[in-house]
Amino acid sequence: MTSPSASNGVTDAIWKLFASIQLTIALLLSLAATSVVGTLIPQNADPAAYISAYGETLFRFFWVLGLFDMYHSWWFQVLMVMLAANVIVCSADRIYAQRRILLVRRPRFQAERFRKLPEREAFEDDRPPSELQGLYAPVFAKRLSAVQVEPTDAGFLMFAESGRWTRFGVYAVHFSVVLLLVGGLIGSLFGFDGFVNIREGDTVQQITLRGSGERLHLPFAIRCNDFSVSFYETGAPKEFRSSLTLLENDREVLQKDIIVNDPLRYQGISIFQSSYGSVPSEEAVLSFTSQATGMIYRREARIGGDIVLPENLGVFVLRELRHNAMFRGRSVGDAFIGTLTPPEGEPEEIILPVRFPTFDRMRRGAVVIAVDEFKERFYTGLQVNRDPGVWVVYAGFILMLLGCYVTFFTSHRQVCVEAVRRGAKTRVSVTGAANKNKPALMRRMKQLSQALKESTSP
Amino acid sequence: MTSSLILSSVTFIYGFAGVLYIFAWVFRKPAVGRLGTGAALIGLIGNAAGFILRWVESYQLGFGRAPLSNLYESLIFYALCITLVYLAVERRTANRVIGAFSMPLAFLAMAYASLSPNISDRIQPLIPALKSNWLIAHVVTCFLGYAAFAVAFGVSLMYIFKRQAEPSRGGQMPPVETLDELTHQLVVFGFLFLSAGIITGAVWANSAWGRYWGWDPKETWSLITWFIYAALLHARLTRGWRGRRIAYLSVLGFAAVLFTYFGVNLLPGLHSYQSTGP
Ligand code: HEM
Repeated sequence: MTSPSASNGVTDAIWKLFASIQLTIALLLSLAATSVVGTLIPQNADPAAYISAYGETLFRFFWVLGLFDMYHSWWFQVLMVMLAANVIVCSADRIYAQRRILLVRRPRFQAERFRKLPEREAFEDDRPPSELQGLYAPVFAKRLSAVQVEPTDAGFLMFAESGRWTRFGVYAVHFSVVLLLVGGLIGSLFGFDGFVNIREGDTVQQITLRGSGERLHLPFAIRCNDFSVSFYETGAPKEFRSSLTLLENDREVLQKDIIVNDPLRYQGISIFQSSYGSVPSEEAVLSFTSQATGMIYRREARIGGDIVLPENLGVFVLRELRHNAMFRGRSVGDAFIGTLTPPEGEPEEIILPVRFPTFDRMRRGAVVIAVDEFKERFYTGLQVNRDPGVWVVYAGFILMLLGCYVTFFTSHRQVCVEAVRRGAKTRVSVTGAANKNKPALMRRMKQLSQALKESTSP
Repeated sequence: MTSSLILSSVTFIYGFAGVLYIFAWVFRKPAVGRLGTGAALIGLIGNAAGFILRWVESYQLGFGRAPLSNLYESLIFYALCITLVYLAVERRTANRVIGAFSMPLAFLAMAYASLSPNISDRIQPLIPALKSNWLIAHVVTCFLGYAAFAVAFGVSLMYIFKRQAEPSRGGQMPPVETLDELTHQLVVFGFLFLSAGIITGAVWANSAWGRYWGWDPKETWSLITWFIYAALLHARLTRGWRGRRIAYLSVLGFAAVLFTYFGVNLLPGLHSYQSTGP
């Protein structure tokens, strides 16, 4: 393999190395082997978690090798860049070496080469070659390109070909690999990837970037009008829906409901539904049932606020909302925690599980307290990102699939028909060559010779 | 569910087909091999019928969706693809020994789906993350690719076996050159579909989560598989890498397929079929 740019020894050697398929195999298998490591070691976790899992020494060792963010480590990137260089150099080298096959307008046929080919179909015809030539020309023209005719002593030779362009299929595949890497690079240089949690009713303009944890100011603000989650009867989630409004300088510019798989896109920035949660509600409506009179008193309570109960039952203070509260070692789910201070006696801690309104009866106190109304306030978890490289990547995807199809299932074929007059008959033989997929070539040759046999003057 | 019933009987039909193919090969009874083909065909029809019926049943339950959304359903579809690819190969090569190395794989996929206590055959509605038109494109392309790799694995085993066995056993197999060529063609087919599977997955991830690639373990393992088969295709283009080494690479590639499919659920990530979040 030589190339026009390889002028001296060292560049020549480097060029040769990067033009070799051995390097390709080595690189592909190395990428496969090293990628395994990153799936065994959880990526981008907390350093403290790593130290407790692997110990101090191993942690340092892994850290130096970049194994905790392996796919962005320098050595993994070097492997990828080498693969890209390998593809580019190898393709350039081969296109240069094959330029006389790939880039000619009018291919030259050599009759001798075709006469030696084993792949052939033959038949006899009563009509003379001169007549057949006129009949065959349109059959050829219909199916093939670059048709050429050459007279011989006792007849004629007719050549044609198809699918020369398919030889470029493999270079399309290789170029697509370069597009994928370039698209990825554009994304990581000029894009961002962040997330933000917005409570219902709130408006935010800053998001947190993944990885670095830095804050980013968006060119617009996002308001979450409403979040809802619905469930199937089985209890599995059915839909997560956020109603969002985008604002520029306090002016509403866009309003859309987003669900998983249906994001919002504005000014090149995409907003995706990615998670949700509920924020501890500050308020609840509590009911106080006096055991002495049977009267029920309903009161709105806020965390931290105190309620003076009628009938001299004491003072109640709502302290906090506890997720997964425990009672005697059992979980009772979300529960409010409060303190009841009777007129005489010690303050008492009260647990009010949201799901069990009769829970407090167990205490057998003078007043039974229950959570009557409790409105959860959701926040929506949004993924916010911008990736200007995605179109380059998508172009690479399409090119790769088309290129693979062309490379694997199409071929460059050449056929040669020779007609020779022998006595009262004309002997016609059809031979062909293809750069791959010989069975398909044989089928095409059969079809062609059938069409030639049946060709009659109009 | 009627579909589950049909599908469990398909398990036994596939197992029976595999036994017939192996019997025909070991005891050199071509007639038994033809019976094997019959059984495989009946199994295929039952498999397809069960698949379609399950689709219909999901509509009757009120949340119609393609039956491609959990481990049970994907295994059913995988067995369908393997049998389909194998029967196509049998038609082209007119050799039934390949069946002895392929149909047991279809049987194992079905058996794992029907018999494993950890796999539920209940028809569940789709969780939000799976509600996408890309789901069908992604699963169909991936599993056609995996199926071609499975049959390629069987053919590669035959290659390795034939190279080592005494001629009498290997004699009914196609010549090693044909096995080598067949492995290549199946890998080519699988590679095209695996590429399409990874690409549709990436496009889907981009429309659901806003990133086409996130190095999550399932994604990474599919890429590892892709690297191995890409290496195989290139290895075949250089001299000295025909035959046995290609067969070993094909076995390695199929091991990676299996890990992508099953092993990854042991690792943390978004893709495992049990996950419920978006
Ligand atoms: C991930 C990256 C790559 C992919 C996906 C890829 C894909 C392909 C495919 C699908 C083929 C056709 C194989 C066949 O016909 O069986 C091919 C052929 C080839 N590839 Fe690659 N390739 C990659 C990287 C490379 C690299 C780095 C080189 C550099 C040496 C290379 C050199 C070749 C050559 C020389 C051929 C044969 C072309 C021919 O038949 O004329 N490939 N490649």
